[in-house]
Amino acid sequence: MKLSRGEKLFDWINILVLIILTLFFLIPFLSVVSTSLVSGREYALRGLFILYPHQPVLSSYDMLLGQGSIVINAYFVTSARVIVGTFLGLTFTFPLAYVLSKRRLYGRVPITMLIFFTMLFSGGLIPNFVLVEKLRLLDSFWAMIWPVLINPWWLLIMRNFMLAIPEELEEAAIMDGASPLVVLLRVYLPLSMPVIATIGLWYAVFHWNQWFDAAIYINDAKKLPLQLILRGILEYGTGQYSDYSGLAEMTELTDPPPAESLKAAMIVITTLPILMIYPFIQRYFVRGIMLGSIKG
Amino acid sequence: MQQPLGDQIRVRMDKDSPVFTEKRGFRDAWRQIKRDRFLYALAALPLLYFVIFRYLPMVGLIIAFQDYDPFLGIGAMFGGENWVGLKHFRNFFDSIFFWNVVRNTVLISFYKLLFGFPLPIVLALLINEVRITVFQRAVQTISYLPHFFSMVVAAGIVRAMLTPQGGLLNQAVVAFGGDAQAFLTDPALFRSILVTMDVWQQAGWNSIIFLAAMATINPEMYEAAAMDGANRFQRMWYVTLPSISFAIVIILIFRIGGMLDAGFEQILLLYSPSVYSVSDIIDTYVYRAGLIGRQYSFGAAVGLFKSVLALILMYMANKVAQYLGQEGLW
Repeated sequence: MKLSRGEKLFDWINILVLIILTLFFLIPFLSVVSTSLVSGREYALRGLFILYPHQPVLSSYDMLLGQGSIVINAYFVTSARVIVGTFLGLTFTFPLAYVLSKRRLYGRVPITMLIFFTMLFSGGLIPNFVLVEKLRLLDSFWAMIWPVLINPWWLLIMRNFMLAIPEELEEAAIMDGASPLVVLLRVYLPLSMPVIATIGLWYAVFHWNQWFDAAIYINDAKKLPLQLILRGILEYGTGQYSDYSGLAEMTELTDPPPAESLKAAMIVITTLPILMIYPFIQRYFVRGIMLGSIKG
Repeated sequence: MQQPLGDQIRVRMDKDSPVFTEKRGFRDAWRQIKRDRFLYALAALPLLYFVIFRYLPMVGLIIAFQDYDPFLGIGAMFGGENWVGLKHFRNFFDSIFFWNVVRNTVLISFYKLLFGFPLPIVLALLINEVRITVFQRAVQTISYLPHFFSMVVAAGIVRAMLTPQGGLLNQAVVAFGGDAQAFLTDPALFRSILVTMDVWQQAGWNSIIFLAAMATINPEMYEAAAMDGANRFQRMWYVTLPSISFAIVIILIFRIGGMLDAGFEQILLLYSPSVYSVSDIIDTYVYRAGLIGRQYSFGAAVGLFKSVLALILMYMANKVAQYLGQEGLW
């Protein structure tokens, strides 16, 4: 089909506007990446950077990721949180989703309603804090796990997925002499793998990015996740971690990076794992929006 | 990563008939429960989570009507000696903070809605018109990216852009002959910064739902419109937009229903005392006065006030959606 001049003009304007919008989404992050590569010398010379450093250096990263650094420690805390939080999240979400997908179950509707209600109303900040305090979870790793164990919305999405699995499968398995546990593990678990993988990814990214609970529940710097080390460095500089960090050695460097570069490098370090897997996992998140809306 | 409720239309509660016929009556109920004891056992632990971490805090809200002392045991919470009725609510309504935090909450939400709601629609319309698939994919991928940053990272990027120590924006200001400014501590600019950041972080993500709605439009509609001589812009305006108008209305309603969530984490990470007057919302006030200030009962009361209002708003939004012929959220 040959395009008229008006059509071509429309296409070009459309593409131009989209390129401008894309730059708006992208440039803030790119500018942080380039800031993280500026050396102290270049900063003194040029006043930080103009879009890109002439002589990019990795000294900020060296400093932050040096031996015995608090950042490395925080990486382990966050990784542990992601692994444990995702694993326990799925182990608790999957069985409940399965049970609630049984149409014959007595009391299914009121239980589902009660779970759904927690999405609309909650005790709020203070009662949650008092609860965690009373459970003696303050300053404990588990304060980042138990209170956010199950996401009710994701639970209901998983249940919806399993509602679509024909009940005849269960009847047939029982005819063949399968116990309820075998039905669950051999029939429903394999069939639910797509939704389990998807929601597992959601839990993982959620736990990687979550920070506020650790901010109010955890004091010990050694137990702080990456997000909070980043927050500390952004708001107060590196000084507060000097007791632990090995960052104190920075003064011995011949060309210490400027504070702004350190902050920028810390931003990049915190978000790098997300960035690396993002292109591959993106579609699982997009699918979630569809699951939650179009199909209901 | 918080998903706006507006994106999450419809949770269906199936009341339709089960394959196994159900009879009423206590003994039948008991027989069914016995039959499915495996299922109940399976659900027990996960349900215990909801009891402890979702419903116990609701019970804990009774401290809003007491002078709760954190050093006394749990028994004191139910003893009734500390009962003060609505004192904390009255203190909140009478305080100089009340109107300020309510106004800030509503205003910030309103501005975010005003700018953050139309842009995803425009973005979806533009993306939908792109004929080069690779370019389309690239634009989508890049526009979703900021949504995947944690709030700390996103706020860090905004700080880096705005810092007077050579932030990108200040470099531009200086290059055009101005003086570097501390944008984040300027009350005249703070709300605009919040709104811009929100648009930057969420616009791409929020466009997905509209793109999905556009994907369901029958291509014959476009062919018919083209036959009638409609140009590209007219097809966009008279075919695409009306076809997604229902989705637009429904999402708008639920965004309004969620208005009291003005962006707690975002504000907490960016604000400072010099901009409290324009940025202190109900949630940040609960955090500062209740948690940091250790006025647990007062904080719980303010939080309860907000939660109840939010519940009513969401309930009304759902009613409106149902009235418009949508199944609603529940």
